[in-house]
Amino acid sequence: MGETSWVDLFWTTVAALITLAIFSFLYKDNPAFKFVERLWVGITTGYWTMLLYHTSFTDKVVTPIFRQGQWWYIIPSILGILMWFRLSKKYGFLARYSLAFYIGISTGVFIPLTIKASILYQLHGSIRAIEPTWSGLMFVVAFLCMICSLSYFFFSKEHKGLLGVTSRIGIFTLMIGFGTGFGLTVMGRVALLGHRVSFLHDWVQQVVGTVF
Amino acid sequence: MKKQLPMFLVFLCGMIMIVQFVVPHEYSQTLFQHSQDFVIVIGVLALPIGIYSLMKSTVTKARREPKERLYSLITIIGFAVMIIAGLKRDWFTSSTSLSSNLFNYILVPAQATLFSMLAFYIASAAYRAFRARTALAAVLLITAFVVMLRLIPMPEPLSTWNAEFVRWILEVPNMAAKRAILIGVGLGAVTYSIKLLLGIERAYMGGD
Repeated sequence: MGETSWVDLFWTTVAALITLAIFSFLYKDNPAFKFVERLWVGITTGYWTMLLYHTSFTDKVVTPIFRQGQWWYIIPSILGILMWFRLSKKYGFLARYSLAFYIGISTGVFIPLTIKASILYQLHGSIRAIEPTWSGLMFVVAFLCMICSLSYFFFSKEHKGLLGVTSRIGIFTLMIGFGTGFGLTVMGRVALLGHRVSFLHDWVQQVVGTVF
Repeated sequence: MKKQLPMFLVFLCGMIMIVQFVVPHEYSQTLFQHSQDFVIVIGVLALPIGIYSLMKSTVTKARREPKERLYSLITIIGFAVMIIAGLKRDWFTSSTSLSSNLFNYILVPAQATLFSMLAFYIASAAYRAFRARTALAAVLLITAFVVMLRLIPMPEPLSTWNAEFVRWILEVPNMAAKRAILIGVGLGAVTYSIKLLLGIERAYMGGD
């Protein structure tokens, strides 16, 4: 048995023990689950810290300022450092300037993009010439269902009369949408569960094959 | 000035970015690229605040509750080990490094198992929530059931019928519902963003 196989077995065993420790929560909260939970928090934080350090700090701060001479990157760096004053009671207001830039730029980018992607493109996709086919009929049904669903969220008028009917159809449409989402989510989770059980099965076989 | 100037900056930056969106000029594209980088830089330099908060809460919990000390220590050790393991870019990106092994054999299985465990909790929650008490709950329940049946093997012709019916659900009522939600969320988000730009919404500034 080569060294690599033992290393592989070690790491696979770690993964299997972590899987079992998390599954143990199905019985009740216990030290093994807590151990893995806290380990996961620590390692995840460390992972994201290093990922952002390499991809954002090095590539967007160190390289432009010190290697490419793009001095204007000092401005956001100073703004970023000002964020640390959030922890100070006396100078906490300084962090607002950084937040102002951050929120201003993000909001300014977000508004037109959202109008385009979430509203205009969706409306554009919902409207087309009516065709005398089954597909064309279904397109009209989908369009009417969408209008009815939107009418359910219209609260400026009491849901009575025509608005009452459309909002009632709308809520049924929304429920079908939620049911679909729920069904797909459950099956996604079940697929993951199957994968984890399959992984444990493979691990047992690997241990038996390596040790005996 | 402690509030007025930041509010003005939000408005100014926001309006510049909105105008930039409708100006198809090279300078406009450069401005967009740099402003995106600026946001990333501000965000990444705010990361130490998050780490500080995590460490502070971990240490505080350990001090208050002696039973929690071991677990708090594990969090700190896990964090420190991952930081050291990924200090150099080569260490972080190599597929055989400690940092990759920690990612592949601890983070990935832990996350996958946590999400897979939700199958049990979703099922038990669904049993309590979706008992067909009303017509609406029945619609939700039946739709979920039909969609779930689609993903398991069934004999013919049931499988084909079910596949066709699920396809209709996905393409007609489900798409209508998703589009309505997307448009509603989009309108809400844009309204909230405009309130931010105009200084009507100022919760982000905190107290004082």
